[in-house]
Formats: sequence, structure tokens, C-alpha cells
Amino acid sequence: MFETGATGRVGYFLGLIAVLVALWLGLSWDYSLKPVIASLGAVSIFLSAVLAFRFDILDREGSPYARLFQLMAYWVWLMVEIFKANWVVIKACLRSTLDINPALVKVKTGCESDLARTVFANSITLTPGTVSVEVEGNKILVHALYEEEAGPGAFDEMDRRAREASDGRRKP
Amino acid sequence: MTEIIEFWNAFRPALGSALLLAGAILAVIGTVGVLRFPDFYTRLHAASVTDTAAATLAIVGMAFLAPSLAVIVKLAVVWLFLFLTGPTSSHALANAAHTAGLQPMIGRLGEDEGGRE
Repeated sequence: MFETGATGRVGYFLGLIAVLVALWLGLSWDYSLKPVIASLGAVSIFLSAVLAFRFDILDREGSPYARLFQLMAYWVWLMVEIFKANWVVIKACLRSTLDINPALVKVKTGCESDLARTVFANSITLTPGTVSVEVEGNKILVHALYEEEAGPGAFDEMDRRAREASDGRRKP
Repeated sequence: MTEIIEFWNAFRPALGSALLLAGAILAVIGTVGVLRFPDFYTRLHAASVTDTAAATLAIVGMAFLAPSLAVIVKLAVVWLFLFLTGPTSSHALANAAHTAGLQPMIGRLGEDEGGRE
């Protein structure tokens, strides 16, 4: 799971190159591959990958493409949650008399790696009505627009899904 | 088959415009929330409606109006970066306010008191 050996780093390097090639092709939309443009693209992609390697950021955080499908499945689930939460905040914005119940709560997370913790905290912030204010160890300070939306257990499912998407299922 | 494509090409601008309009309305709703909510942290919540739903609807609407697949790919990349950077900046703002010692209003708030009940 946590590859740190030479083979793991080569995998991250190749993953980053593949994603950069896809990004370059998607943005330039130049499949004719004329020598000048294509070589400029190749040089810039290679330079970016080598710089990432030299900066020592080429690990499972800098290049988390091995878990791309799980993260994308999580993303789809998160989009549904975001639109549900949007509805609550839109109603709060438009109600004729202001009626909100803000609260500051501490949420305990089971996410162990930095990647999973970042995904979880970013998901909390992305969902309207809740913002992650501070991350201290395995506790996240969350400000919520409605206290009842951030009660105990409100973030358990998101926590579990974020952990499984970025770290894989926990072994029993 | 050509009929379906013709129908789609006639229908596409209407659908795209409707989605863009919905996104614009949501952006206005978010702005109304920013103006109405009482303190910094609650205003941040109202702004996140503009960040997520309004931006998504506007970008999907633009994708329906786009002339080619190249533009749609660029819009998808814009959408992805928006969703990765939006929460980061919101968190940076909230974290800076909290570190500076700004206390959030807690408890049920009504329209006129605008403070602690």
C-alpha cells in the first residue's frame, strides 16, 4: 500500500508523465504532432516530471493516480452530497427571517495518511454549510451553519468513504 | 439518426442558456446570503454556494454551448481546478480568522438581534 522503494517511485514518475501528457493533449488539442510543437510539449512535460522528482514531491500525494478510480467514485458521491447541502444553504439565504444556528464542533477522523486527511477536510469545506477551520492531529475543527447538521456521527460516512477512497479498505 | 442530431443541435443552446441562467441565479442567491449573514464564518458558507453549485451549473451550461470537444475538455479542467482550489482558499480564510482570534457567533440567530441570544 505505501510504496517507498525504487519501483514505487518509478510508478509515480510514469503516472505523473501519463497525466501530464493527457493534460497537454487535452489543452493543446494538437494531434497532428508537428515536430516543433510536439517537441516543446515533450520537453515541458519531461522537465515538469524531473522537477517534481528533484523537489522530492513525487510520492503518493504528489501523484495519487494509482487510486484514480476510487477517488473518482468518491467524487461522484461527493457531488450528490454537495448538491443536497447546497439546497439547505440556499434556503437559509432566502428565508424571510434569518434563522441559522451556527456552531463550532470538533470532528474526530479515522483518516491516517495526509492524503486521506486532506481529502476529508477539503470535502467538509466543499460541502456548503460546513467549513474546516483547523486540523490538529486526528481532530478537525469544523464551523457549521446549522448545529444539527454537524451533530455526532454527521461526518462518519464521509470520513469512511474518504479514507477508503484514498487509503483503501482497512484490513480487519 | 440525422433527425436526432438536428433536434439535439436545436435544443442544445436552449438547455445551455437555461443552465447558465440557473447558475447566475444561484450566484445572486449566494451574494444575498453573504450580505445577510451576520458574521465572517457564516458568510463563508453563503459564498460556498457560489463556489460549488453556481460554478458547476455555469460550466455545464457553457459546455452545452461549446462549439467543439476541445473547449469542453478545457472547461472540464477549469471545473476540476476550481473544485480543488476553492476549498483550499476557504480553509485558508477560515484558518487565518481563527488564528487571529476572531470568535464565531454561536447559537440560534434571528434577524434583528444579530448577536448572541
